[in-house]
Amino acid sequence: MPTPPHNQRFLEVRKPIGRRQKIKSAIGIWGLFFGVWYFASAAGLVNDLLVPAPQKVFATTYDLFVERGFISDVMISITRVLLAFGMACAVAVPLGVMMGTFPSIEAIFAPFVSAWRYLPAPSFIPILLMWFGTGEAPKLALLFIGVVFFLITLIMDHTENVRTELIETALTLGANRSVVLMRVVFPAALPDIMVAMRQMLAMAWTYLVIAEIVASTTGIGAMMMRARRFLKTDEILSGIIVIGALGLLFDVAFAGLHRRLFPYLKEKR
Amino acid sequence: MSDTLLDIRNVSKTFDLRDGAVLQAVKDVSFEVEKNAICVLLGPSGCGKSTILRMIAGLETTSEGQIAIGGRNVDGPGSDRGMVFQAYTSFDWLSVRKNVEFGMKINDVPASERRERSDHFLSLVGLSKFADVYPSQLSGGMRQRVAIARTLANDPEVLLMDEPFGALDAETRWQMQELMINVAEKTNTTMVIVTHDLEEAIFLADKIIFLSSHPGQLKETIVPDFKAGARIPDKEHLIELSGYAEMEKKLMRLMREEGHRDD
Repeated sequence: MPTPPHNQRFLEVRKPIGRRQKIKSAIGIWGLFFGVWYFASAAGLVNDLLVPAPQKVFATTYDLFVERGFISDVMISITRVLLAFGMACAVAVPLGVMMGTFPSIEAIFAPFVSAWRYLPAPSFIPILLMWFGTGEAPKLALLFIGVVFFLITLIMDHTENVRTELIETALTLGANRSVVLMRVVFPAALPDIMVAMRQMLAMAWTYLVIAEIVASTTGIGAMMMRARRFLKTDEILSGIIVIGALGLLFDVAFAGLHRRLFPYLKEKR
Repeated sequence: MSDTLLDIRNVSKTFDLRDGAVLQAVKDVSFEVEKNAICVLLGPSGCGKSTILRMIAGLETTSEGQIAIGGRNVDGPGSDRGMVFQAYTSFDWLSVRKNVEFGMKINDVPASERRERSDHFLSLVGLSKFADVYPSQLSGGMRQRVAIARTLANDPEVLLMDEPFGALDAETRWQMQELMINVAEKTNTTMVIVTHDLEEAIFLADKIIFLSSHPGQLKETIVPDFKAGARIPDKEHLIELSGYAEMEKKLMRLMREEGHRDD
């Protein structure tokens, strides 16, 4: 084994590692995962019906997209996530910022919102189905309920963390309440609000799959449930991989947006 | 330096504590600040000097008494009393220039005048070259200069500073103190500065308001008359003046008396 540079040991307490080591480590762990999977299948250690080989899953994924119009299911799922998440943000951002800025607003909504956070969103599925039938509405409603209350609380907390000195500085420069809210508190909290949105978007994907598995004929989750009926484990695993890839894609996009919108945060680190 | 700008009249401040007790932070303090003067509020910790400054700014209400600026009673914060804090208060999402123009922008000063004034005050504090960078790229001293330029560009009647250089290293601190003398001479800004640093107080002050602690009361008004009514632009000069050591000794003795009273 070649000696690492500067005589550095593999385990160093909080010493930053190079970019190259990061990439190698990431490829390594995924390589190991697929390697174990591949050899377990090839050696017949697992039932091929329950755990199809990785190359078969990838072939099926390709086939699903190219031959069987899986892309329309994917687009339906993405639309649902973005629509419901967009509605949740449209409610949570203004409300959370107002609650974090004005204690009187917090006093009204905080007791209400925090109670809702402890109700698991999927427990609403039966009643949502009775209220909204089987169309798009119950799915959007589930995603909305699952995300919005956490988002409100996180945004409120981030807004409350805006330092008082910034607000007082603005006041002694002649700011009124709306200037303080719109030009100081909101821009100061915005980077953290974006982080909260990024975390909650991942949660929205979780609820999407629940909604589509329980009550849907379209979308990635519905495809997976159909596949289960015909014992198509390769298609189920394809669905999981696609969901994972989409989640990762959105996360990377959000991270990129964050860097682009807040260039001033980069220099601090 | 005879016109009174700020009139602090029999001001007291009590805070209600959680357990129902009442803390008297400031008790019956009266003093005046003349136009164009630098007034330093000095005293040991717990003397209520920051509370007095915050009441002048309108960020705290007075429990008793009145504060008036130019004859108008203070009622809440306003752009006539700009404040610089010890903690960094740069608006990180705005460039240095936009920071300096912030007050003018929210007060509807036209863009061309904003530009002119931000140029002027950035050059006054020596930051012209840094107009387009973000404050997070600047050192601590430079960020305080942004805060000072931002407040001055808004044309306040008085500049209030709450231990503005307390977080800076020694060298940067005296550079900033010399900068403030330069700013005061060039802009004729009236200043009220809170500090517990004796040297800083003697260097900057036209008048020192010395406060005793628990509760904060006016102990003595001290005019450093060894400066003969002039402001000394650099610190070495100041220390060499006869009378400086005397003054420092006197303030030290006052500080020590107050410190012992606490025990």
